[in-house]
Amino acid sequence: MDTCIEKIKAICTDLLANGEVEKVIGFAGGSIPMATRPIAVTSEADVEKLVFNAFCGLNLANYVSKNNLPKNGAKIAVVAKGCDARNLVTHMVENQVPREKVFIIGVPCTGMVDKRMIAQRFEDEITQCTQDGDTLTVTSALQQEVIAKKDVLRHNCQYCTHRNPPVYDVMSGDPVEEQILDQPFPDVDHIASMDPETRWDHFAELTKNCIRCYACRNACPLCYCPTCFVDESSPQWVGKGQDKTDITTFHFLRAFHCAGRCTDCGACVEACPMGINVRDFTRKLNKDALDLFGWEAGMDLDRRPPLDVYSPDDPDDFIK
Amino acid sequence: MNFITIDKSNWTKGIEKSRGTYQIFGPVEDENGCQIKSLEPGGQPKMNADVTVMSPKSVLFPQTETILTADLDESKEDHHIMKRAEQKYTPRAVLGIRPYDARAIQLVKLNFDTKDYRDPYWCDAYEATTFVGIGQNRPTPFDFSTSTGCGPFSEEGLDVLLADLDDRYLAKVLTPKGEAWAAACGFDAGADTKESQVLFDILKKEAEKNISTDLGTDKLAQKSILDLYEAPFWDDVAFSCINCGTCTFVCPTCWCFDIQDETKHKKAARFRNWDTCMSPLFTNHASGHNPRESKVHRVRQRFMHKLKYFVDKYDQGIMCVGCGRCVASCPVNIDIREVCTIMNNYEKK
Repeated sequence: MDTCIEKIKAICTDLLANGEVEKVIGFAGGSIPMATRPIAVTSEADVEKLVFNAFCGLNLANYVSKNNLPKNGAKIAVVAKGCDARNLVTHMVENQVPREKVFIIGVPCTGMVDKRMIAQRFEDEITQCTQDGDTLTVTSALQQEVIAKKDVLRHNCQYCTHRNPPVYDVMSGDPVEEQILDQPFPDVDHIASMDPETRWDHFAELTKNCIRCYACRNACPLCYCPTCFVDESSPQWVGKGQDKTDITTFHFLRAFHCAGRCTDCGACVEACPMGINVRDFTRKLNKDALDLFGWEAGMDLDRRPPLDVYSPDDPDDFIK
Repeated sequence: MNFITIDKSNWTKGIEKSRGTYQIFGPVEDENGCQIKSLEPGGQPKMNADVTVMSPKSVLFPQTETILTADLDESKEDHHIMKRAEQKYTPRAVLGIRPYDARAIQLVKLNFDTKDYRDPYWCDAYEATTFVGIGQNRPTPFDFSTSTGCGPFSEEGLDVLLADLDDRYLAKVLTPKGEAWAAACGFDAGADTKESQVLFDILKKEAEKNISTDLGTDKLAQKSILDLYEAPFWDDVAFSCINCGTCTFVCPTCWCFDIQDETKHKKAARFRNWDTCMSPLFTNHASGHNPRESKVHRVRQRFMHKLKYFVDKYDQGIMCVGCGRCVASCPVNIDIREVCTIMNNYEKK
């Protein structure tokens, strides 16, 4: 996958040189170990700043909205993993951005790593991390570890079945083999098997340290409402303090707004400073969308999402 | 100024003994990382914990704090009269606070305890609190506190500074509050002042060697506010920002809050919540006008407040103690050290 970066840079240089795109949204190297930073590259000179590695865990579709499209005929190019591309498709299906305004530089992805999982292997803070193919060399003041990337993949990447972008303009590498999973949702099945009280406790425990910074919401490409319900102040829909009911209301509603739209890109979990696995909320909805409607978000520009069409074949009786 | 030696085998016993006087706060580790929490009897502070994700500012300034209450039952004589919420300000001790976090509390004090205004909630909590700090023999890679007027063995704002000497703590008692705490714990084994100070100086010097960031802040004060405000770099600084509140919430010096009223049946409460300049609601006017309408405006506000307005208003350096929490937690790697350098070096063309 890291060999893609040279191809990505070459593609970007061409796109910027011939004026086909106004800017390229990609990842730049970070200032601290295991970090990357979304960047908009507008000149050929800045193409060198681009990186692609196992730490590009945010979703760049979040940086494309109808408010920041070029006014002239130019496009925005986006470096897109499977999930980023699916979220771009979701933007298009939801009439946020036209297909012709976005140039998708597809990246065949072998997954992003879970930084917390890596940090847990260390007694002290990590001072350096380098990646060579599928191997990470991670250093702290007290220890050094060579870690296989596959052993520290993020949970959503372990269960990803769309590593290759389903829609793209150009690919930056050969497609990677897609995973076929016997059990695509063991986490959801586990929570579903709990009795209601235990399940409630599970979610209460999950969000007990939530600080309502809204990093999960703001890292999510789906959350593009001009005013989020939690920020509405006239009338106010939800309390803004640390009351458990208000925190829970935020998480439940955020998740429901993602029903049939979430690509399980994991940006919400990546962004959470408190390490809360908010995917425990959205994964159930993804499973329902798949089980009930055979739907996975962002796979097809021409198919309407299950929650914005009526079908006589709807599995639920109440709607017929 | 005196020094005492605390054998680690006596530490827990002493802390438990002090519970007769103090409510104890300290770092604990849970599944969401290290946090400063109130410790129930038997719960011990993890003195060598990693830096806590959230700073200890919440001990004096909780994220949500009820400040006034009222009874809405009109049969009551004092109905609808807002009264100060009942809150106990019994003594509390924060154990294992890092020196930069103690300085941060002094910076926050500039806002809550002024010549003209005294925030009673913060000040009462402050007066009730004893800060027992621990020198950082091995500062984290994110620590740049030597550039912000403190450092791994800074004493500012602390009542006691502990040095970790493997099998024992050497405690430098800095204030009468610190003396009272040591007495309540039964820590009374005096140590030689001169020798102890030499040891502290050595530890400090060694620790400071591990801090590699040397952040320039010297030119911020002489810059023109408007030049910085109108500088061309803000779009680039803000591009990656997702406008979450992480940086401001994890920050030990961010003090902004918002007031909310809520009623339930016949009870009303007014409380304050941490606010964040990253939010579109921050200083949004009732008229609908928003002075910081876009993300770029909000990002600029955060850095201008910390690195320019504060510098000019208080003459106490920058509103940052170099803990590096925002750097470590920012989902998109916006690094205050880089922004500070850009601002410090900026020359209007």
